[in-house]
Amino acid sequence: MHLTEEKKTMIEEKANDIRLSIIDMLVAAGSGHTAGPLGMSDIFSTLYFHTLNHRPTEPTWPERDMLVLSNGHICPVLYSTMAHSGYFPVEELKTLRKFGSRLQGHPHREFLPMLETSSGPLGSGLSQAVGMAIADSMDAQDHKRRIYCMMSDGEQEEGQTWEAVMLGGKNKLHNLVAVVDRNNIQIDGYTETIMPLEPLSDKWRAFNWHVIEIDGHNIEEIADAFEMAKTIYEKPTVIIAHTIPGKGVKEFEQDYRWHGKPPTPVEAEMAIKELRSLGGKIQGHHND
Amino acid sequence: MINPLLKLNEKLFDADVEQVPIRKGFGEGLVQAAEENPQVVGLCADLTESTQMDKFKEKFPNRFVEMGVAEQNMASVASGMAAMGKIPFITSYSMFSPGRNWEQIRTTIAYNDRPVKIVGSHAGVSVGPDGGTHQAIEDIAITRVMPNMVVISPCDAVEAKKATVAISKTSTPVYLRLAREKTPVMTTPDTPFEIGKAQIMWSPSVNKTPQVGIIATGALLHKALLAAKTLEKEGTLVEVMNLSTIKPLDTEAVITLAKRAGKIVTVEEHQIHGGMGSAVAECLASNFPVPIRFIGVNDRFGQSGTPAEIIEFYGLGEKDIVKAVKELSK
Repeated sequence: MHLTEEKKTMIEEKANDIRLSIIDMLVAAGSGHTAGPLGMSDIFSTLYFHTLNHRPTEPTWPERDMLVLSNGHICPVLYSTMAHSGYFPVEELKTLRKFGSRLQGHPHREFLPMLETSSGPLGSGLSQAVGMAIADSMDAQDHKRRIYCMMSDGEQEEGQTWEAVMLGGKNKLHNLVAVVDRNNIQIDGYTETIMPLEPLSDKWRAFNWHVIEIDGHNIEEIADAFEMAKTIYEKPTVIIAHTIPGKGVKEFEQDYRWHGKPPTPVEAEMAIKELRSLGGKIQGHHND
Repeated sequence: MINPLLKLNEKLFDADVEQVPIRKGFGEGLVQAAEENPQVVGLCADLTESTQMDKFKEKFPNRFVEMGVAEQNMASVASGMAAMGKIPFITSYSMFSPGRNWEQIRTTIAYNDRPVKIVGSHAGVSVGPDGGTHQAIEDIAITRVMPNMVVISPCDAVEAKKATVAISKTSTPVYLRLAREKTPVMTTPDTPFEIGKAQIMWSPSVNKTPQVGIIATGALLHKALLAAKTLEKEGTLVEVMNLSTIKPLDTEAVITLAKRAGKIVTVEEHQIHGGMGSAVAECLASNFPVPIRFIGVNDRFGQSGTPAEIIEFYGLGEKDIVKAVKELSK
């Protein structure tokens, strides 16, 4: 399903709303990760407002697509996107990381059962998504439902990731789509300094996955990649999404130091101003 | 005398008592569980025959997933399958699962409260010739510490079969601990089994209260029963409990035994630190403190040898139990 201009604008606006809420919630929390959530907002917006077959008001709908967030530390983008698509009130986002909140610092199903899994420790999400895809294949549900797994590039350094990649390729799980947030940063620095991942596409290809590389901020490319994955029947698909960490706030972009800290109230004010003006541009562009 | 209500194997004290590996009972139980419930699936990390999952694989090839040597992946794949309504049994040697993949079990299975059944074969030092790398003697400690996790250590193949069928019907994560070696069959198909229920296997033949209570788990229960018989001949009266479910602990039964006997000896093929004896001590320290002696591996790793040599070296045999009871009952 190709995007109409209206749909594309709507997704961009939603991504902007998602980013604004991410800044709000991180400031209120006083801790958490900034760069990854901002960088993945366009992809999450495209998934929740276009690609996913889901019912936000009926989170346990049995036929829903499954989305596994493997890199749990970017949960502000998951929570923000879920709130903006109607899973729970947007106001609840400000409880992030607070005592008694459903929005735990890293996702925990016991507190928020509508999550497909809990996550935080890196490298185990893809295994769970592989398990879901295998279960659907056993039950002949693999043509009815798709399993999505969101991963970071840093967690490509975990050995378990490659155990899961190997099994996904072996079992030709065409109902499985992995998304790697290729933002090139991790806590200690740039990925290629800490532990070089390249040639990343070749690695996945060598494990018998179909590889699509995209600009993770181009809504049309994102939507097209998820559509194309549906036409690959013999292999699972990985979408390597090149993103800018901190995307949307110039001062945060491309700087690994924003991986694991929240903005101060002053920085947040600046970020919100930038994002509001970006929102205006999206609207203005659409009205042209 | 053995407890007549439990319908135990009448030949359990005979020299030619039937001996069957505990893991064999699991293999048979899994086939039965799978026949009863189509959601039961099996995953194995390249040890299908050795863990006795081969019979399940033959009968239900489409419900079996060969993982290759990848125990961490196996735990989390099982979690994903459980999220879709499956009841996954994952098998390897205890040293690798729940050993190698502890964090995956903790976060993707226990933290998520998914009904994955972790079946660890070759637990304990009686694995023998393979040596210490393959002798899991820390597994009870690392599983019972996890919230939501149930821990079961059957005493023989018959009980293992019943436990396997029983855990296929529960919605919690479970660790099922199995031994490699042939083990005397103490129970029969008619012996009752319930998750979380301890059983008194032996009581004084005369109508007197016991001087010491022995609590055993796993195959060493047989040594405890042999010790009980010897002790009674020599004038020391004991009661012997089979504590196959280590978590949740049957606190009522443990406290009752402590109150009756006043002294406890625990027996397990595991490190003393953190094992079944520790669970008993935690319970009694806060409810009914009594003197306790712990039969187990005392802060050492295992090594190669015949099972008999190793049991003797680490002080886990009949004479060690007799000695501990006598010292305690002085």
